Amino acid sequence: MPAVREETLGVHSDEDVVRVRQVTRQWALDLGFSLVDQTKVVTAASELARNTLIHGGGGAGRLEELHEGPRRGIRLTFEDKGPGIPDVAQAIRDGYTTGSGLGLGLGGARRLSNEFEIASSPGQGTRVTITRWK
Amino acid sequence: MLDGKPPTERIPILKMGEFLLVTIQVEMHDRLVMTLQDELTQQIVRHRARGVLIDISALEIVDSFIGRALGNIANMARVLDAETVVVGMRPPVAITLVELGLNLEGVRTALNAEKGMALIRQRLAGTEPGRLDARGS
Repeated sequence: MPAVREETLGVHSDEDVVRVRQVTRQWALDLGFSLVDQTKVVTAASELARNTLIHGGGGAGRLEELHEGPRRGIRLTFEDKGPGIPDVAQAIRDGYTTGSGLGLGLGGARRLSNEFEIASSPGQGTRVTITRWK
Repeated sequence: MLDGKPPTERIPILKMGEFLLVTIQVEMHDRLVMTLQDELTQQIVRHRARGVLIDISALEIVDSFIGRALGNIANMARVLDAETVVVGMRPPVAITLVELGLNLEGVRTALNAEKGMALIRQRLAGTEPGRLDARGS
């Protein structure tokens, strides 16, 4: 689905993760998301941006505004050129972690979104896309 | 800055009697979360604090990293003989946390600072020697 507008943000530091949250919040606000939906999409963005930073060694996050008939949505894509995820199914499962986290990042982001997609291969990097509709 | 270094960012920790009060009013990036965790544990020991109250009413999100840090703080404080209460969580944050799968195990919460303080006092009273049998048998 083509995006009505888009913006790409670098994810290379803690501050960048905060910036991703702030921009996502502003977009959700602009699109008239409820406070709960704003909070969900911003939280999902925070989880994925942190994954990109910590597991992917940095990368980029792209925000896209989607229109489908009267529906409005935000699509977020996080991409890195890191080591990739050998077993994606395992990575989505709660409690699975290679880092110091709780292993809720991917599974949590999926639950907070309406659509979730992940593409990863070892040595090639990882791309996670989520969409939240208003 | 005279030395050219950026100022060290930190979240103020206020001492009030045997309590430590923390009001988080800035956007929490991960390094700041870790700093708070370290400083709080140090100050609990330094001030022999018995209670820690963390006000998160200004936080627009609590993601898994921040949630885990709150749990760590509560657990570390407990080991150091202090009670922690997290107060003021916004309703959308609570809804999102549950959906995220984070149940903040081991973290006591209260609606606001007043209720949180009452909860800490109550817990401390309950663990005072000689108060356990206050109700009689």
